Amino acid sequence: MSKNSTPIRTVSTPAEGEAGKTGDWRSQTPKIDHEKCSQKDSCLLCWLYCPDGVISATFPLEINLTYCKGCGICAEECPRKAIEMVDDK
Amino acid sequence: MATTSVKQLPKTEMILPGTRSCAGCGLMLTYRHALKALDEGKTIVAVPASCMTVLHGVYPITPVKVVCINNPFAATGAAASGIVAGLKATGKSDYTVVAFAGDGGTYDIGIQALSGALERGVNFIYICYDNEGYMNTGTQRSSASPLGAVTSTTPILSKLQHKKDMIRIVEAHDLPYIATGSPAFPFDLFDKVKYAKDVLGSRYIEVHAPCPPGWGFPNKDLVKMGKLAVESGIHVLFEIREGRFSLTSRSLAMAKKGRKMNVSDYIKGQTRFKKISGAHLAQLQEFTDKKWNESLERHFRDNP
Repeated sequence: MSKNSTPIRTVSTPAEGEAGKTGDWRSQTPKIDHEKCSQKDSCLLCWLYCPDGVISATFPLEINLTYCKGCGICAEECPRKAIEMVDDK
Repeated sequence: MATTSVKQLPKTEMILPGTRSCAGCGLMLTYRHALKALDEGKTIVAVPASCMTVLHGVYPITPVKVVCINNPFAATGAAASGIVAGLKATGKSDYTVVAFAGDGGTYDIGIQALSGALERGVNFIYICYDNEGYMNTGTQRSSASPLGAVTSTTPILSKLQHKKDMIRIVEAHDLPYIATGSPAFPFDLFDKVKYAKDVLGSRYIEVHAPCPPGWGFPNKDLVKMGKLAVESGIHVLFEIREGRFSLTSRSLAMAKKGRKMNVSDYIKGQTRFKKISGAHLAQLQEFTDKKWNESLERHFRDNP
């Protein structure tokens, strides 16, 4: 019996989109009103409470819609109601 | 020093987007902030079969940047002990070993291995994310499910027993650090994991992680539900450092200002409590009050 020349690695490597483009799961999309947003580092509650960490910690805020699952926590927790969930068509 | 502002939290993410977890997952939020408190590249996570394994993904890719070992359901404590022993044998002393298991893998199936590891005083952090049921396999009853909750294995009468008091079981092992946390209070959670990282010996942290599909509430209410659990006294935020009990965060504020919410405020937004009877609700309230009063008493005794 000959030995395998290339060892098999059973270790996964980190990469984005392990479950595919999870933005497909969304039925509502968050829309940011940058005028209403305080644009202050001391707020960032949307970034803090986003389970998937797809909201940028820099201003103006950006949401990675390729992976945002549309849970709506950011819209619910924004103290200035600057994020609105809009129904996808 | 306690974290009081978002500015103090590290901005680097240890979990890459596009994971397999549900939208609005309490575990994801817990894991995200817990990993922020640990060093990238110097942390090894042991994970049993659970939502956590699902989150860690299917070979050959994973969304998590820390090293993780998947182990059998009952063996989280044993697997973590093995990793610690391996690190010791190879002279690597700067690593933190973290076991991350659900309530099924802690309260029920993993309790034997956990108790063994705690008794040996293995140098690791054990974090239990308690979503009050076997959520990964379809919301079966666990010993962490609360009284009156409908689960897929208690569909008619709903659960008839109170939740097991895991903290008292863990405390019986005489640990240097025990804490509870909630993803709705990320600063508190971050501080506790960060503190636990530098304690020597076995550390235990229990996190109350709301589960939108399992508990039956809208995804957007995750943080609201986590806060309600603390404000109603269902979940008390505290830490026990070398036997000294202190309430923290919102629970500490409630100890000073009084508790305004009760159990009925907490359960009304969750469909798993749709069948709860008046008698069960009264029992649950009584159970919660008893726990809360015990916590208050202990807090004021240890912090005069």
